[in-house]
Amino acid sequence: MNFETTIGLEVHVELKTNSKIFSPSPVQFGSEPNANTNVIDWGYPGVLPSTNKGVVEDGIKAALALHAEVEQHPHFDRKNYFYPDNPKAYQISQSDTPLAHDGWIEIEVDGEKKKMGIAEMHIEEDAGKNTHSPNGFSFVDLNRQGTPLIEIVSKPEIASPDEAYAYLEALRQRIQFTGVSDVKMEEGSMRVDVNISIRPIGSDKYGTKTELKNLNSFNYVRKGLAFEEQRQQRVLMSGGTIGQETRRYDETSGQTILMRVKEGSDDYRYFPEPDLPVLAISDDWIDQIKADMPEMPSNRRDRYVNELGLKEYDAMVLTQTKEMSDFFEAAVAQGADAKMTANYLMGDVNAYLNDNQVDLQDTKLTPANLAGMVKLIDDGTISTKMAKKVFKAITNGEEPSSYVKEHGLVQLSDPAQLQPIIDEVLANNEQSIEDFKNGKDRAVGYLVGQIMKQTHGQANPQVVNQLLMKSLQAK
Amino acid sequence: MASKIDEQQVKHVASLAKLQFDDDQLGKFTTQLESIIDLFETIDKVDTTDVKPMTSATDQVNAMREDIAVNSNQREALLNNAPDTEEGYIKVPAIIDESGDGE
Amino acid sequence: MNFYDTDLTKLHDDLVNKKISSTELTKATYENIAADDDDVKAFLTLNKDGALKQAAEVDQQGIKADQLVAGIPLGVKDNIVTKDIKTTAASKILSNFTPIYDATVIEKLKAQNFINAGKLNLDEFAMGGSTENSAFQTTHNPWDLTRVPGGSSGGSAAAVAAGEVIAALGTDTGGSIRLPASYNGVVGMKPTYGRVSRWGIIAFGSSLDQVGWLTRSVKDNAQLTSLISGHDDRDLTSSTKEVPNFASQLNDDTNVKGLRIAVPKEYLGEGVDENVKEVIQAALKHYESLGAIIDEVSLPNTKYGVAAYYIISSSEASSNLQRFDGIRYGVRAKDVENLEDVYVRSRSEGFGDEVKRRIMLGTFSLSAGFYDAYFIKASQIRTLIRQDFEKVFEDHDLVMGPAGPTVAYKIGSNITDPKAMYMNDVLTVPVNMAGLPGMSIPAGFADNMPVGLQIIGKPFDEQTMYNAAYTFEQSTDFHKQTPKLGGQN
Repeated sequence: MNFETTIGLEVHVELKTNSKIFSPSPVQFGSEPNANTNVIDWGYPGVLPSTNKGVVEDGIKAALALHAEVEQHPHFDRKNYFYPDNPKAYQISQSDTPLAHDGWIEIEVDGEKKKMGIAEMHIEEDAGKNTHSPNGFSFVDLNRQGTPLIEIVSKPEIASPDEAYAYLEALRQRIQFTGVSDVKMEEGSMRVDVNISIRPIGSDKYGTKTELKNLNSFNYVRKGLAFEEQRQQRVLMSGGTIGQETRRYDETSGQTILMRVKEGSDDYRYFPEPDLPVLAISDDWIDQIKADMPEMPSNRRDRYVNELGLKEYDAMVLTQTKEMSDFFEAAVAQGADAKMTANYLMGDVNAYLNDNQVDLQDTKLTPANLAGMVKLIDDGTISTKMAKKVFKAITNGEEPSSYVKEHGLVQLSDPAQLQPIIDEVLANNEQSIEDFKNGKDRAVGYLVGQIMKQTHGQANPQVVNQLLMKSLQAK
Repeated sequence: MASKIDEQQVKHVASLAKLQFDDDQLGKFTTQLESIIDLFETIDKVDTTDVKPMTSATDQVNAMREDIAVNSNQREALLNNAPDTEEGYIKVPAIIDESGDGE
Repeated sequence: MNFYDTDLTKLHDDLVNKKISSTELTKATYENIAADDDDVKAFLTLNKDGALKQAAEVDQQGIKADQLVAGIPLGVKDNIVTKDIKTTAASKILSNFTPIYDATVIEKLKAQNFINAGKLNLDEFAMGGSTENSAFQTTHNPWDLTRVPGGSSGGSAAAVAAGEVIAALGTDTGGSIRLPASYNGVVGMKPTYGRVSRWGIIAFGSSLDQVGWLTRSVKDNAQLTSLISGHDDRDLTSSTKEVPNFASQLNDDTNVKGLRIAVPKEYLGEGVDENVKEVIQAALKHYESLGAIIDEVSLPNTKYGVAAYYIISSSEASSNLQRFDGIRYGVRAKDVENLEDVYVRSRSEGFGDEVKRRIMLGTFSLSAGFYDAYFIKASQIRTLIRQDFEKVFEDHDLVMGPAGPTVAYKIGSNITDPKAMYMNDVLTVPVNMAGLPGMSIPAGFADNMPVGLQIIGKPFDEQTMYNAAYTFEQSTDFHKQTPKLGGQN
C-alpha cells in the first residue's frame, strides 16, 4: 500500500517589542527571576490587560510578509487552563478572529517551487517558565509571561519532511526580514509544534495525527518527521492503528518515543475577552505599515540578479539572513564591487562565522571595512594575497587602509621602481633567459618568483608580468 | 438542548474548574445546579436567528497603548505576597503533569 | 456623630472654615462605628490608625476648596483593592491578602486627600444579594436588624444608612448597588458601563461590573460620581467621553417638566410585591404631578434577563476566579503534596458555596458542547435586551420601576434556594446586560421598610437621571427618615 503524508506545523514566534503584549513590563531576557514583572503579569486581583499597539503592528507586518489577509475587526479570546506558569489560568489569545488568515509562502524542494498555504496567524501572550527540581518542587519565573507571540498555523498541504523543513526555512527567513523577531530556535524566539498523519493514497479522510515534541532545530523537525512517517507506515502495514498521542523526539537515537495518549480533546473553554475592546484595522493603517515594510528576501534576490549582476545562487545565499543581506547592501552602498563583496561574504566571511560559531552581527566586521578592503583590491593597492592579512585585521575591527599603511602592505606597482629589480634578477639568471628563448614557460614563473622574493611579496604581479615579458622579449 | 446535568457531569465540570465535592456536597450541588440549568434552558425558546451576540458593553474600539516599557520595581512586594518563594522564584509542589501549554 | 444631618458640601465647608478638623471628624466616625457596627456588621476591616494618621496630615496641610472629599472618612467595598489595606472580597481565599497597588477610584480619591474609613462587607466576590454569602459575617439591615441589607454592596449601603459614613463605594454587576440602596433607603448609582475605570476592582463579570456610590443624598452622589469617572489608560473599556459636573445642573426645579418616563409593564407585573408596587405607583404619580409624562411600555425580553445574566456573569466569573489558585497570593491549602492538591484544595477550601455554584455554572456554560447553547445564546439575548431599551429610549428620557421586587427579607429566609435568590435580580440585571446607567432612590416605605425607585437612563446620560432624582428628593421627605438604631441617634 502507498501512503501520502500530511504534516501540520504550528510555529510560535516571539516579537521583539519594548514592552509585553498586555502589560508595560519590559520584554528582556537574562534578568533575575521575576524582575521584569508587575501586578498584571502576576494576574493580581483587579488588574486588567491593555493591548500593546506595537504588537498589533508587528503582527500585521508578519501577516503581510506571509501574504495573509488581515482581519478587519479582530478580538481577543481567553483560553482557560491551569498551570503555574499561566498566572490568570487563562491565556489571552485569538480563537475565532485571528489577526490574519489565508496566507502563503513559497518554498523550493529539489529545484521545484511550490506555494504552501497558511491557515491563520494570531497574536497572543507567552507563558512564564517553570523549572522543575528533583526534590519535589517547581519554581516559577514570570519574566516571560506576557511576551508577545505570533502563532502561525499551516494549512494541511505539507506532504513531506523535506517540505516541512523548507517551509520552516522560508517562514523563518520572511519573518526575520520583517524585523519583528530574531526567529531563533536555539534561543526560543521560534518554537515549532508538529503533527503528522498518513493515509492511503486516494483516501478522502485524514489519518490519525500524532504530535511531536522536543524538536529543537529544523533538522530535528525533518528527522523526527521522517522517523514518524516511517513508523506510522510500518504500524499500518502490519495491520495496526495509529493512536492519538504525543511523542517525544529523542535526539540521540533519532526516534520518537511515546509521551502520552490523548483522551479526547482539551476543553479550553474559549470565549471573547471582555476586558479588551475589539480592534479596528483600517486599510489606511495597513497601507502605512506596508509602506514601512522592509524589502522581502525574494525581492532582494531579484534585485541582486537584475541590477547587481549576481548569479541566482549567490543572491540566494546572501539573502539567507537579513543580517547578511543588509551587510552586503551596506558594503555595496559604500562603493564596493558587488560581485567581489558577494564572493568575500560567501567565502571568507562565512568561513570565519563558521569557524568561530558566531553570528555576523556579533562580530567586529563592518560593511564599511569590508567595502574598504574590497576597494583596495579593486584599485590594485593590495593583492588578493595581502587581502588575507587585511581580512584578519578587519575581523578585529581594524580600518583596512590604515592597517595596510601601518604594515607596509602597499603593493609595488610603479614600473620605475620595479624595472631595476627586474633587471637585476635577469642579470643573475642567464640560464632562465636561455630557457625562455627555448620555449620553456616555466622560466617565467621562476623569474616572477625571484622578483616577488626581492620585493618581499609586495610587487603587483600584473605589473611585474608585463614588465618582465617586455624585458625578456627585448633580450 | 442538552439533557440535564447529572453527578457524573458535575464531577467533570468540577475537575475543569479545579474544585472537588465530597459525596454529600455532590448530591446537593447537582440538585441545585439542575434547577438553575432548568432556568437557563428557558432562553432556548427565544428566536435568535441572525442576532449578533453582545459580549461587551464598552463604547471603545481599537483602544491600545503605545509600546513603552515601564519597570514596576515591585518584584520584592510581589514575592512577599506569595505563599512560598525561593531565590526570587515562586515555589510550588512538583508539577506531575508536564502538559503545560505553550511548550 | 452620625452623618444624618449633613451633606458633603456642608462637611467640606466646615472643614475649610475649620469649624471642625478632619481628626475630630474621623474620631467621631469611629466612635459611631464602635457604637453601631456590633449590630450592623458593615465593616470587615477598619483603617483606624491609618485614617487618623492621614486626618492629622490633612489637618496640617489644610483643605483646599477644590478638594471636596479632603479629610472626610468614606467607606470602601472590600472588592476594591487598597494598597497596604487588607482586601478580601469577603473570601477566605483572600483572607491574608494585602494589595500592593490602589484601584483607580482609590487613586482619584487619594489625590483629593480622602480618608479611607475601612473596608465594607459584601457577598463573597460580590456574588449574591444579601451579604449572607460573605465568608466572614452577615451585615444586618439598620432599619430592622433581623433583615438582610441586600447585596452584594450590603456593607456599603448599611454603613451609609446607619450613618457610619456619609458615602461608600460599591460595585454593581447585576444590581449590587441598586438593590441594597433600595433595601436601606439610600441613593445608589451604577453609572454607564465604561464611565468609571474597573482597574483595581476584583473582577466578577468583566463585561457587567461597574463602580458607583451609595450616599444619603442625590447631590452627594452626583458630586462623587463626577469625581471618580473618566477614561483610564489601564482600563481600555473605560470611555473617553467627557465627564460632566453632574451636581452643577441639579438646582433647576423645572427638571422634570415634560420629562418622558417609560414604565415597563414587566417591572410592575407578576412577582412584584403589591406593597412595593403601590409605593412605586405613588412615586410615578408624584412625577406626573411635577409635570412628567408617564407611559407604559414593554421590555419583552425582561423575562429572559435573569437566565441570560446568570449564564454570562457566571461564565466570566468562572474564568476571572481561576487566578485564585493558591500559587502567587492569597491562601494556599495546608499540607499539600502536589500541584493538583494546591489547586483543588486551595480552591475548594477557599471558596464558599455560592462562589462554587457560579464557577460550576460558568464552567459548564463555556464547556465544549454547551458553549453555543448557553454562552452564545445568552449573549444574543443580551443583544435583544439592549435593543428593547434602545427602542423605548427612542421616545422616552428615562425608564422607571422598582429596584427590587420586595423589601429587604429576613436573614436566612432565602439562603437555601439559590434559584429564588437569583429571581430577586430580575429588575436590576437588564441594566447591566445593556450597559446602561441605573440608580435607586428612596421612594417610600412598605411594611416599615424602605422601597427604592429604580431610574434607568440612556448610555452616559446620568445627568438626566440625577436631575429627575434630585427633583423627586427635594419634593419628598423619604430621604430624611432614618433608622432607629442605637448609637448616638
